[in-house]
Amino acid sequence: MYPGFELTSVDVQQARALRFEIEEFHTAYAHALDSGQLQQWPEFFTDDAVYRITARENADEGLPVGLVYADSKAMIRDRAFAIEHTQMFAPRYLQHFVTNVCVVAVEGETIRARANYQLLQTLVDGPTTLHQAGRYFDVFVRVNGRLLLKNRQCVYDTLLIANDLVYPV
Amino acid sequence: MFNADIVIGQPGQFPKDRMDEHVEYKWPAAGLTEIPDWVYTSPAIYAREVERIFHGRTWNFVALEAEIPNAGDFKRSFVGPTPVVVSRDTDGSVHVFENRCSHRGVEFCRKQRGNATELVCPYHNWSYDLKGNLQGIPFKRGIKGVGGGMPKDFRNEEHNPRKLRVAILHGVVFASFKEDVEPLEDYLTPEILKDFEVVFKGRKLKVLGFYRNELPGNWKMYHENLKDPYHATLLHSFLVSFGLLVAGSKNAMIACPVGRHGTMAAAKPDDVASVVDESSKAQMRAYRDDFKLADPRFLDYVREFDSPWSVTMQTIWPNLIVQRELNTLGIRHIVPNGPHSMIMLWTMFGYEGDTEDMQAHRLRQGNLMGPSGFLGLEDNEAIKFMQEGVRRSTADRGILKLGGTTEGTTASLIDESAIRAMYHHYRDIMEL
Repeated sequence: MYPGFELTSVDVQQARALRFEIEEFHTAYAHALDSGQLQQWPEFFTDDAVYRITARENADEGLPVGLVYADSKAMIRDRAFAIEHTQMFAPRYLQHFVTNVCVVAVEGETIRARANYQLLQTLVDGPTTLHQAGRYFDVFVRVNGRLLLKNRQCVYDTLLIANDLVYPV
Repeated sequence: MFNADIVIGQPGQFPKDRMDEHVEYKWPAAGLTEIPDWVYTSPAIYAREVERIFHGRTWNFVALEAEIPNAGDFKRSFVGPTPVVVSRDTDGSVHVFENRCSHRGVEFCRKQRGNATELVCPYHNWSYDLKGNLQGIPFKRGIKGVGGGMPKDFRNEEHNPRKLRVAILHGVVFASFKEDVEPLEDYLTPEILKDFEVVFKGRKLKVLGFYRNELPGNWKMYHENLKDPYHATLLHSFLVSFGLLVAGSKNAMIACPVGRHGTMAAAKPDDVASVVDESSKAQMRAYRDDFKLADPRFLDYVREFDSPWSVTMQTIWPNLIVQRELNTLGIRHIVPNGPHSMIMLWTMFGYEGDTEDMQAHRLRQGNLMGPSGFLGLEDNEAIKFMQEGVRRSTADRGILKLGGTTEGTTASLIDESAIRAMYHHYRDIMEL
């Protein structure tokens, strides 16, 4: 388990309401990425957000490296910009499937939640493959009534990556 | 998509994939300015490479000492495609032996890393000490009154897994299948040691984490890519767009005298505009003086090394890349996986005593490299495309004429001398 994401006692009604709200968040987030609106992606984060994609072996050993590592919304913007304007890669489609949302802790306007994700990748000359199986460990905060990610740790089980990971998770 | 997922044009379906030992491999008459496709596609050539290069008189990277700092620490690793265990014994010595139980051939060490007093094969519980010696055999003498067991003349010490020769330099562990390989420092040569020591000498490493990926391309392409400074300003738009490297900045492509190792070196210009002339700008499609990062901390270079270079990418034959790209550091361990595939094992590190800020800075710059790196993923894509091209096409060779026919070290980026030097050595070893 990622540290800080053990289940605490959360009011059942509140957890259900939040879970629904978080599922809507994941749906909108996945839609932005899967439909290629990469410039929308940074808008799901707070200005001081931390975003990291890392292998489960790193998470388990408490190692800090990220396949993608950003410790500001500005860096998240730069990543989106680099993918859209500087990077060379074969055309591909991606689809995110986010399930098993679990609200583990609520402290005022800060919500900690877990979810599982599957990332399917389709290269245009190949089959659709399960590119990553992973889990999100998220810290949300409510800003002007809207949930934003203050910290997203994407921890993938698929240690051996099929060549590369181009788009964010 | 893994190499194994290929549907259109599967490996093995093209004539070049099926060439075998009975074919007479004849290098093009033009020599090193032409590279025949079969060096990337032939299973027979691949088999010869494993025998003569990875299992031959070479030093292969297997681990960083920082991965196995304590007595009893072990790591699953590879020499060429061959699985090995790297372990640290209670006396502090480091050992490398094949990850194969002497009994029935089981690859017995299954954990990527761990700590143990002995390693036990899960099948019949034969056990090995941290030096790789066969220790215990359950029921070796059978069951009293019932019989069975090993013959009386069975001697454990005659049935150890194959042990490799080990050499450690500045915390980097190498192994060799050949007892008569030259000393490691001679093997690396002064030309290469110089920049190797900038990263490793006198500094205790702190491992920051790992990435792994399959790259569907021939293992030599990764060496070529880092002996090919020409691609850096053309493929890697990010470097150019943000002024980290441009044609006209100070560079060198250093080759060792034998030709097999190399160091691609560059000095980040303080003022990009002053070193890029109008004609270079026009040729670098990626050059944009209007691009700016939202978080410019990313481009900072903390001058922590006694070196004129801000970037050194070292190719250490046959399976190690040492990356020093500004302040992000790491090694890549190449595991050849047949002619059409390699496994890349990345270990990223900083130094013991790094401040929290410095570590965060290294992690931020880590975005340049790895299987999602601004540069790293482009190399993976380009190499995959190259493998597809050489495997599926009817043409049978590539062109290596930048810089003419010279071999070895060059100051120009627009030169392939270091790749020619590598293939000079390759042809000698492979007798091609």
